[in-house]
Amino acid sequence: MSTKPASQRNFDALQKSLVTFGSSLSAIAFALVICGLLLLVTGKDPFAAYGKILETGLSGDKLLEMLKRATPLIFSATAVAIGFKMNLFNIGVEGQYLFAALIAAEMGTRVSLPRPLHILFILIVAMIAGAAWASIAALLKIHRGINEVISTIMLNYIALSVIQWMFETFFRDDSDGGLNVKTTEIAPSGRMPDLVDDRLNGMLIVALLIVILYWFVIFRSRFGFQLRASGLNPIAARTAGIPANRMVLIAMILSGAIAGLVAMPAVIGDVYAYGPSAIATQFGFAGIAVALLGRNHPVGIVGAALLFGFLDSTSAELQLSGIPSSIVKVIQAIIVLVVVIVNEASSRRFNRRTAERAALALKSLDTQ
Amino acid sequence: MQAGSAKSSQTLSAESANIVELKNISKSFPGVIANRDISLQVARATIHAIVGENGAGKSTLMKILYGLHQPDSGTISVNGYVTQFKSPSEAIAAGVGMVHQHFMLADNLTVLENIILGSEPTKIGVLSLGDARKQVKEIATSIGVEIDLDLPISELGVGQRQRVEILKVLFRGAEILVLDEPTAVLVPQEVDELFTNLRKLVATGTTIIFISHKLDEVLAVSDEITVIRQGSTVATVLPKSVDRLKLAEMMVGSDLPSHGKRTTKVGATIQLAAHNLTVLGKDNKNPVQNVSFNVAEGEIVGIAGVDGNGQFELCEALLGLVASQGTIEISGTDVSKLSIRERLKKGLAYIPFDRQREGLMLGASLWENSLLGHEQQLSRGPMIDLAAAKNSCREIIERFGVTTPNELVPAFVLSGGNQQKLVVGRNLATAPKILIAAHPTRGIDVGAQAAVWEEIRRSRDAGMSVLLVSADLEEVLGLSDRILVMFDGEIAAELDPKSATPQILGKYMTGTR
Repeated sequence: MSTKPASQRNFDALQKSLVTFGSSLSAIAFALVICGLLLLVTGKDPFAAYGKILETGLSGDKLLEMLKRATPLIFSATAVAIGFKMNLFNIGVEGQYLFAALIAAEMGTRVSLPRPLHILFILIVAMIAGAAWASIAALLKIHRGINEVISTIMLNYIALSVIQWMFETFFRDDSDGGLNVKTTEIAPSGRMPDLVDDRLNGMLIVALLIVILYWFVIFRSRFGFQLRASGLNPIAARTAGIPANRMVLIAMILSGAIAGLVAMPAVIGDVYAYGPSAIATQFGFAGIAVALLGRNHPVGIVGAALLFGFLDSTSAELQLSGIPSSIVKVIQAIIVLVVVIVNEASSRRFNRRTAERAALALKSLDTQ
Repeated sequence: MQAGSAKSSQTLSAESANIVELKNISKSFPGVIANRDISLQVARATIHAIVGENGAGKSTLMKILYGLHQPDSGTISVNGYVTQFKSPSEAIAAGVGMVHQHFMLADNLTVLENIILGSEPTKIGVLSLGDARKQVKEIATSIGVEIDLDLPISELGVGQRQRVEILKVLFRGAEILVLDEPTAVLVPQEVDELFTNLRKLVATGTTIIFISHKLDEVLAVSDEITVIRQGSTVATVLPKSVDRLKLAEMMVGSDLPSHGKRTTKVGATIQLAAHNLTVLGKDNKNPVQNVSFNVAEGEIVGIAGVDGNGQFELCEALLGLVASQGTIEISGTDVSKLSIRERLKKGLAYIPFDRQREGLMLGASLWENSLLGHEQQLSRGPMIDLAAAKNSCREIIERFGVTTPNELVPAFVLSGGNQQKLVVGRNLATAPKILIAAHPTRGIDVGAQAAVWEEIRRSRDAGMSVLLVSADLEEVLGLSDRILVMFDGEIAAELDPKSATPQILGKYMTGTR
């Protein structure tokens, strides 16, 4: 049994990544064509629109804006991807991060610690809160067999109501005579330093660290292997002694913990408090799209988050120049759809070619 | 049902005395050849049996005839017309009907509703149950089936459900009926009833293609027998001109690996024991009922039985995949409350029934597949030791002769036999104390089979205890030191392989003794 030389194997791996990257790029190009047609039909000039997007997006200011907007998406997509790796669909990142934002913002005002510890404390509280909310769905699945897709969606609504109730009843800061719709502001020791003054804060670094950690845990650790095995073939994983219920619980807790960080760039980097209108929503759902686009791979997730951040950063300018800013959302949605379809098709083709090449390699072994 | 209604029927074949003719059919799936140049002629209004071992390609051939698969090459003629079925509905339109091994009935609908489901007779868009009832009654009477058309399926036994499946196919106008292992799920009396019905059916002009690997039944009921081995036709014979032994030889080939006499002795210590093991069933019937046995060091205990008599549930209970009553002991310690992982840690290994469903991650690389279940040993701290994992996979590939370019290819590129060698290798590589091997050689070629047997023997000689579950009598007789026969969830007999014969085993396996 001769094995291929290492250089050949590296080449195979490189080829696979190139195929993946190429198919994603062509999908994006294809999506842009479809959107162009849509613009044309609605009587707008697609070239003008794309030109505007490029022009505004590529200015230095907007590149910072892109990084800023990408940060929560990286957290959210990583949270979703952990679940996807074992065929667990956490649609509840939305509720998890909003819940975590409120709890962390409030708890952050109740301690006094020196700077790095204070920040760390708030981040950990956010992760615990997110994990706690996510674990409800895991426990429902383990003990009652309730599909996590249903329960996490429902828990989003419950989270919104619980947050509103808790905020209005306990945490709202009324010292301003009732005009303030935020929690008490976090002391300066609990605020994340900016990387670029007022434009970009240090949470981007945290996000990149989390993605690297994600790669390490999922692709290199024993737990990650068990998680992926449970996704690839749950029956075989169980037969091999990997406890299914425990995997569901841990995966969901990890997913929720990372989800808890989604709003942190705002909470400790921007607003320094929680407020119903001060903390942006919808990142949980956008994260699903980013994870899909990035194929749950760390590099893909960062790339997809940057692309989404880039598109988002241009939407205000588009509006000003008479192009509907919602075209950005349309482009994002179409990109995700096209990428999913193209990826599926190209991975089928890749699988077939792998099988053929293996058969060929075996034939040449036989004749030797 | 008229030949002309099949869209693709164009050319008239020369000999049309045969209602079905398959010529030089080949079909391969990635990495495996399922059918190789198979030809088959079936005469009108006869029962034509197709026999062969598990994995010989019988089912694939029938799926091609029924339009579920398209052949890579070769032609199919039905009623003298060369046809190509792109889907089962085209096959049905041409008069070919199939009764699958696993029934496809709606439990809460009545017999009549199930039969007409999908081809409901209507008058101006309104369901006309009356006509359907009359028609179904006629068909049923003509083949001697007595069944209450208004009972819900959930109240019927297995034999009657099968009758409903047959009526369903006949109601759609099938004149060629393909039965895939119809007796696998039946008890002997039901088998007799089925054969009576089939005989009557043939008398009305229907042609039956009957897939089986049970030779006695095939000899009893069929007019002609075609033997398939490793994807190719061996011969078509008349039941008069062969006997059971001759047929078995044709099925497995003359190059059947011989079982060497063992030179080592069975040890004294009991390594695996079950006491009054019962697996509770969903309804009244328990799949495993009060089973007790033990396996000593270096001993192979064979569990023989027709599929579906509780062997699967027994294995799952021993491993801890399903809850059970009674006790299970590994080396004298009760493990019945332990998790799967803890049992595996105590030295248990399991070669599952269905390698693809329960054993492999088809999309993952070979080294990841061989790592599954051994993550603990092959890691450094919380991290997987990639070099060690790949190394261990290369050792398995080498030692068990897995044919593959390297350990990085995904598992789906391997042929079935090589996939099985990988699963067997993964379980034997760590030298377990106890091996539960379920159909360790099902569906793999003779060479691979011999290799797997040899490895099991070698591990046995080193002191491993083996519980060998198999429906392959040659395997059970050749490997086991002791044979337990399972029938209907219970141990029906304990036999000595030196004195047991396939005939005796067969009788216990079917509960006729």
